[in-house]
Amino acid sequence: MSAKPRIATVSLAGCFGCHMAILDIDERILRLADLVEFDRSPINDYKTFTGRCAVGLVEGGCCNEENVHVLEDFRRHCDVLISLGDCAINGGVPAMRNHVPLRECLEEAYLKSPGVYNPGGVIPNDPEIPLLLHRVYPCHEVVKIDYYIPGCPPPADAIWSAIVALLEGRPVELAYAGLKYD
Amino acid sequence: MQFVLDGKTITATPGQTILKAAEAAGVYIPRLCAYKDLIPHGSCRVCSVRVNGRIQAACVQTVSSGAIVEHDTEELREFRRDVIDLLFVEGNHYCMFCEKSGLCELQALAYRFGITAPKYPLLNPKRDIDMSHPDVYLDHNRCILCGRCVRVSQDLDHKNVFQFVNRGLEKRLQVNGEALAATDLRVTDEVVASCPVGALMKKRVGYAVPVGDRPFDAQPIGADIESGKGGVA
Repeated sequence: MSAKPRIATVSLAGCFGCHMAILDIDERILRLADLVEFDRSPINDYKTFTGRCAVGLVEGGCCNEENVHVLEDFRRHCDVLISLGDCAINGGVPAMRNHVPLRECLEEAYLKSPGVYNPGGVIPNDPEIPLLLHRVYPCHEVVKIDYYIPGCPPPADAIWSAIVALLEGRPVELAYAGLKYD
Repeated sequence: MQFVLDGKTITATPGQTILKAAEAAGVYIPRLCAYKDLIPHGSCRVCSVRVNGRIQAACVQTVSSGAIVEHDTEELREFRRDVIDLLFVEGNHYCMFCEKSGLCELQALAYRFGITAPKYPLLNPKRDIDMSHPDVYLDHNRCILCGRCVRVSQDLDHKNVFQFVNRGLEKRLQVNGEALAATDLRVTDEVVASCPVGALMKKRVGYAVPVGDRPFDAQPIGADIESGKGGVA
């Protein structure tokens, strides 16, 4: 196994915009590849952890049971866990459904919306489909989170400086320009 | 007359509030409900300072000679952070698609205080949006009940478009009519510009200023006061 520190990333109930922001560090991605080894991540398509990770970056909140299991798995495998972006920190756009009961959300999506063709009137309930939670939770309401980088998505410079700080053994400190909610 | 602010002697005029006297001396005391040309109200408590040992709202408390005022202490910073945190979780503040983002005073205060995540559980209340008016909309999701609109409409516009109804968590802004369109609100009224958040907004002008050029993109709220160039209230 490589001696490089390992980094894992995941997108839970998010749009992958935060992963786009990771890629937005541009040519520094080559330096990052020299500094770290990517473990479980959509970047290398690893579906499971292969070892202990120094840093876990979590995009998206928890909207279903699978999200909770994955997040707990990240907590178990990562020394430092970072909530990346507004969905992980506040629930973001997926949390807009928190204002209405889950039953109404499902009926609106599968029964009542214009254009829906569902003659059986069945709301999908296959066991293969992860069970929706009654509301969308930010990650820190499910597991302990060590650092937060807000933004939709966070600025690439903020992500880069956070990773570099952690690799150098320093705490994550966001500069004013790196603290953005939008 | 003179008083002491965080160990520094400040000269003030009789009847001047602590907030205004501090501002004149280049010290920014964070505030939300205070607004230029408006009689201060003291409702949001973001400007709380300790005066001779007692917590007071700096926007309404007038200066007394020889007063010892504490403002930039960890205790008061934490108190203000808590107020801002509570305002965020009590409403539905989706900064990522809010037209006011970058010029929202609540967001700017959170930036200034370095808030990266909510301290309290989000309440996600169910609130309405009033789109009835041709030129203005009222999004209750973003309303922080600071009361600026209530007072600006009455005192500066000489109308009575807004009022508070109910108490506690049920407290909300009510308009003087069936909906906003049924009131005598005009888009040119001062009240429309007075909202510190994205609750009362002009239609068809959103996102006019590019990201990076918005008021709070480069400098924190209050930086203008600290540099001696005057403030928003």
